[in-house]
Amino acid sequence: MTLTHFFQHLANGVYLGSLYALIAIGYTMVYGILRLINFAHGELLIVGAFIAYYGILIFHLPWWFSFIIAIALGALVGMSLERVAYRPLRERGAPRISLLVSAIGASFFLQNLGLVIIGGRHKSFYRPPFFAQTVQLGDVTVMNFLFVLPIITIIILGIVFFLVYRSKTGMAMRALAKDYPTARLMGININRIIAYTFALGSALAAIGGIMYALRYPAIHPLAGVLPGLKCFIAAVVGGIGNVPGAVLGGFLLGMLEIMGIAFFPHLAGYRDAIAFIVLIIILSFKPTGLLGEQVVEKV
Amino acid sequence: MLAKKMRLVLILLTLLLVFSGTSFADQVNIGVYEPLTGPMAAGGQMTLEGIRLAHELYPTVLGKEVRLFVEDNKTDKAEAALTVSRLIELRNVVAIVGTYGSSLAMSGGPVAETAGVPVMGCSPTHPLVTQGNDYYFRACFIDPFQGYIMAKYAYETLGARKVAIIQDIAQDYSVGLAHFFRQAFVEFTGDPASVVGLTSYQTLDTDFTAQLTYLRGLGPEAIFAPGYYGDVALLVTQARELGLGIPFLGGDACEAPEFIEIGGAYVEGVAISTHYSADAPVTDESSKFVAAFIEKYGYSPSAFAALGYDAYRLILDAIERAGTTDSGAIRDALAETYRFEGATGYITMDEDGNAVKTGVILEVKDGEFVYAGSVEPR
Repeated sequence: MTLTHFFQHLANGVYLGSLYALIAIGYTMVYGILRLINFAHGELLIVGAFIAYYGILIFHLPWWFSFIIAIALGALVGMSLERVAYRPLRERGAPRISLLVSAIGASFFLQNLGLVIIGGRHKSFYRPPFFAQTVQLGDVTVMNFLFVLPIITIIILGIVFFLVYRSKTGMAMRALAKDYPTARLMGININRIIAYTFALGSALAAIGGIMYALRYPAIHPLAGVLPGLKCFIAAVVGGIGNVPGAVLGGFLLGMLEIMGIAFFPHLAGYRDAIAFIVLIIILSFKPTGLLGEQVVEKV
Repeated sequence: MLAKKMRLVLILLTLLLVFSGTSFADQVNIGVYEPLTGPMAAGGQMTLEGIRLAHELYPTVLGKEVRLFVEDNKTDKAEAALTVSRLIELRNVVAIVGTYGSSLAMSGGPVAETAGVPVMGCSPTHPLVTQGNDYYFRACFIDPFQGYIMAKYAYETLGARKVAIIQDIAQDYSVGLAHFFRQAFVEFTGDPASVVGLTSYQTLDTDFTAQLTYLRGLGPEAIFAPGYYGDVALLVTQARELGLGIPFLGGDACEAPEFIEIGGAYVEGVAISTHYSADAPVTDESSKFVAAFIEKYGYSPSAFAALGYDAYRLILDAIERAGTTDSGAIRDALAETYRFEGATGYITMDEDGNAVKTGVILEVKDGEFVYAGSVEPR
């Protein structure tokens, strides 16, 4: 491998890594506050991408406006999902495991609803020409999108931090993360805050989905399964519930996938295996993830 | 009271379900299993278009009405085996048409063989689909020939002397075709090192930049990517974005409108091998098929539609020659198929149950697949 090729691999890795990081933020944020793994996150990605797709195709919206609509509607879908699939269970005092099963059910439901409404064939996602243009840096070729993506990830990281740590609602969210009943006693409207958290998480999913579709412009109702799963794992490796951890985990996973092939091209078919073996090793040394907190179980 | 009524309705519904699939003396049940959802959905749906058209034009056999039972195998190997047994046990089909995707066909095949129901494959091209299975036949050529077509194209038309291969390691079709292409290309050049690199990805992968960067370092003059349309379209797109301008070649699984929709300007010039082109009719039946297809659907048929059309008609032809709807007799008649006039050419079954036919090369030009030549069987 020459140095040029190494840098090209590095650029590819940054690309994939920032995409994973972006999606993992939404995953980890919902978990950090509600202690619920929203397995439908991968489907919410695709919901966002499809709304943007149809906004451009059917309503002839300018692409940026369609993206904004998709993010708003994505948030709405997430809130409705919470209303239908999670809140009834929570209000009956169901254990967390039931909520998890409900989340998996919601994921399957959305996949199959998509298959019925949209059909299983790939759709080609519109790419604004600016994003697809390539830039030559020496012998390394990258798309403009490569520079946009990390910036978006950092901006979103900033927004999430502001909302969670600097706003009043964020304070309520953090209180909720500590203890539901006490938070309620402090006059926090739990249902409202949870709905708000879901809206935020789903908006992040929609942004992630749009970015994913811009990079890999072939979308279908099952396209969210794999990125959803991978970003969940990225969030766990980074320490689930920890937002900078999710970014780190996502980045690491993307880099590992690319570098695994770069160094072992003959084992390219085992790409996921190579990446996940490394992740298992990391987890066996740091069971709570790279930046995960030590949780003391209350007895 | 209400509960009792509900129970009655439920019982009636159950009975309806049970009897809706049973065969009556005046009808012949034919099953179809195709991937109508999942990564191969386009292939399954294109094939189904052809089957439905054939059923519309030829709705009876031996004076009995033909009933089609269509099952979606969801591009899933386990589901493929399940759909075949569902068709046989629940729908009592006498013969089955399917399926796009060699891995799916190899999963459904043994179930049909055990039950003694013949299957006519439309487009699964991997040799092992029919080899060793007395009940699986197909209307298409097989991959050793397809690999030869593209190797010949790379060597003679493109003049390439160094090629690289990128295969989908999760698909028997892709691994098989990569192998046969390599064999044929090395035969042309006489130099085993003329295939400079082989690397892999998996179905559902979306990022191929690492593999492409690796292959670029080996300096090939062309790349053969025998994967399915969605993956290869993304792969070629990413290759162009990485500044890799060399020709790309694909197999018949690239033929889908999605390939061009997703790839757009990036897939211009990509050449693929396939079974048939509406631009080059080979028999009288081809012209009839193309006209009827355009009238029904409003666009030109793909090779898969043509193969679905032929597969359905091959089964009807076998039932007619057997004079009975007994599955065993249909199997024997299918094995004896000789110069049957299909839309994709004259079909004769060899001893393994494969059709021996002319191959077609298509090129993407101005956003369309354009006929670029035919290759006769060796």
